[in-house]
Amino acid sequence: MAETLRYRDDEPVDHPAVTVDSFLDQSNATAVRIEPGDDARDLIPHLERLALVEVNFPAFGDGRGYSSARVLREAGYEGELRAVGDVLVDYLAYMRRCGFDAFEPDQQFDRDDVEAAFERWPEVYQAAADERTPIWAKRHA
Amino acid sequence: MYKYDQYDQAMVDTRVEEFRDQTRRRLEGKLTEAQFTPLRLKNGLYLQLHAYMLRVAIPYGTLDSRQMHALADIADTYDRGYGHFTTRQNIQYNWIKLEEAPDLLADLAKVEMHAIQTSGNCIRNISSDHFAGAAADELVDPRPYAELLRQWSSFHPEFNALPRKFKIAVIASETDRAAMRLHDIGINIVKNEAGELGAAFYVGGGMGRTPMIAPCINPFVPLDQLVTYAEACLRVYNRYGRRDNKYKARIKILVHELGAEEYTRQVEEEFAHLLGQGVEPPLAELERIRTYFEDPAFQDASNDTIDRSDPDFALWVDRNTVPHKREGYVSAVISLKPVGGIPGDATARQMHVMAELAKSYSFDELRVMHTQNIVLPHVRKATLYTLWQTLEAEGLGSPNLDMIEDIIACPGLDYCSLANARSIPVAQKIAERFASTGKTDALGQLKLKISGCINACGHHHAGHIGILGVDRKGVENYQLLLGGSEAEDVSLAKITGPGFDENGIVDAVETVTDVYTRERQDGERFLDTYRRIGMDPFKEALYG
Amino acid sequence: MRLLTGNDLKTGAVTWWTGTDWSIHVEDAADVTGHEDEIARREEASRRVNGPYAVDAELKDGVPRPSHIKERVRSLGPTVRPDLTLKPAEPDIGNWVI
Repeated sequence: MAETLRYRDDEPVDHPAVTVDSFLDQSNATAVRIEPGDDARDLIPHLERLALVEVNFPAFGDGRGYSSARVLREAGYEGELRAVGDVLVDYLAYMRRCGFDAFEPDQQFDRDDVEAAFERWPEVYQAAADERTPIWAKRHA
Repeated sequence: MYKYDQYDQAMVDTRVEEFRDQTRRRLEGKLTEAQFTPLRLKNGLYLQLHAYMLRVAIPYGTLDSRQMHALADIADTYDRGYGHFTTRQNIQYNWIKLEEAPDLLADLAKVEMHAIQTSGNCIRNISSDHFAGAAADELVDPRPYAELLRQWSSFHPEFNALPRKFKIAVIASETDRAAMRLHDIGINIVKNEAGELGAAFYVGGGMGRTPMIAPCINPFVPLDQLVTYAEACLRVYNRYGRRDNKYKARIKILVHELGAEEYTRQVEEEFAHLLGQGVEPPLAELERIRTYFEDPAFQDASNDTIDRSDPDFALWVDRNTVPHKREGYVSAVISLKPVGGIPGDATARQMHVMAELAKSYSFDELRVMHTQNIVLPHVRKATLYTLWQTLEAEGLGSPNLDMIEDIIACPGLDYCSLANARSIPVAQKIAERFASTGKTDALGQLKLKISGCINACGHHHAGHIGILGVDRKGVENYQLLLGGSEAEDVSLAKITGPGFDENGIVDAVETVTDVYTRERQDGERFLDTYRRIGMDPFKEALYG
Repeated sequence: MRLLTGNDLKTGAVTWWTGTDWSIHVEDAADVTGHEDEIARREEASRRVNGPYAVDAELKDGVPRPSHIKERVRSLGPTVRPDLTLKPAEPDIGNWVI
């Protein structure tokens, strides 16, 4: 297991994430794992008790997890949002923009590549789930 | 024409460096081919039949002379002295080396060009009306809306791994010159009863193996909600588009399976939510972009006349120039369809010539048509003869716009690894046949489109006459289709019956045009006659 | 016979396994029957080839000729640009392809 990259100050949740179905059945779970076919909106009524949402990317080309992440952030979720699975360094910047703040890749990242990925883009064209100011807003500041 | 500011330039420059880094990691073995493929595709780099192929974006088909010169230089420096203009208004080079691609991209970036998102499962380069800003019949110039969406869709974080590719076209005219309803999203800029501009959204069209005409899902999205609405359309697709089967992954299948009504309901629900999320640029941004598309300094040319004493020139004027919104001007179409040539190919020298002509005669602007020709959008009538003489001398003066010789053809099995049959030789033989029999003229407008496989890059579903190349036990075979149209009278062509071999398909095309000349009533195009009399008389003539 | 083909990783050029190395000329291709997977795995891992795969071919006039038209086009170049093929001086080479 590769190390988890975490861009949060709080303590990580120390128990395993459960499936969405189990989570909805169990009133005490605080960590859940979303698969690509799950509807992230099912979690919205329960955001208060959630501390960790893992979004699984079984294959890097399946982009549903990006929408799951934004759906949760737009609904006000502030806990840890962790991308797990086939998470590749070339997609980290996109994931960050969609609200992910932790990454648990199947294969260990090269530290330098991670740094380059996060530092590369000086500007962004869109408003998304992060705090970055889109180019259009800078143009009309 | 749009000009980059420091932000646009920074984005393109950054992508060049990112791609340089990705290429390095691939060559060093840090990336597998499976990991690298989507990264290079999202920068337009394919591994094709003979070599790497690079597709360069020409946003909404508009470019200036400096850019066209640069495309020519790239053909000479990195390729084999030519390029191929495509049915999505882009250009592609067939002989690129991976190790040189980053330098090529850096050269492109110097002239505000790139290959970003010209392939891959993302929002592709946005196409538009090739006569935008010039057409006598347009409501407004559609390109500012296309540029707004270009910026929104570039490096969109949520939509970087869609179920499949996603193509958007924007027009602003009743006349559809961009095959708008055969796109994943077609946008028509319209006016409502209050006189305000808005966007009609057509979603779920496309060609490929399951051709569909996009239904209108919203007849009027206000301009200050355009990006938000597009975002809603894409989010529903990203979440629910099929990923279990590559051939059912386009949005047209989702819209079809859900039904347009249910898809629309989901989009509207998402849209209502997204309106509160602040994803929409202010209208001031659209205004800023619009200033780049203001009219050039047209002169008073109302007294311009055309000296028709040279009959070859007069023929070219009649066939290859179209009305302009300003008196005394026309849009002139440079045909890349010389009889016997390769549709859409231009040599570096021809690109340089076209660039110079644009600079001298068309306010420094050129357009790429989806029919694989080039437009000089704003030409004074008084300068047409000089312009035409140069075109003639350079093999660019074929007078055949929208005629049977003006064939759309994908690269086919001569270049493409997906193809099942060659397209180009069929196009060449048909053009040669009609040029030699002299029948071209009498046929009038007749749009013939050839694809070398079911993916339909050659738009065969939308041809008045379409040809689809298939592989029949290792032998090239060609199916004939009739009755398609990509225009405002959009329709999908139907297969006539069993296919033909290479020579047989040329004969078959001649046979159906003979049926047309026999059956047509006054003023009817081939398509009109087909629609009136139906398939049977054509089948009868073909198969007896 | 079976031939092993792929593209050069750096240049993209179509290449054929000769038994000891890769060549852009199909004439040099060796019969790899029974060893396709093993050679392909090894060569791809060393990045001397990109996306290798085996194709059927027959010997014609002493030269391997791929059985499928797509591979024959690949081995030569575009039939519509004989000047850009590997045999620009042979005007009838198209007949070999088709």
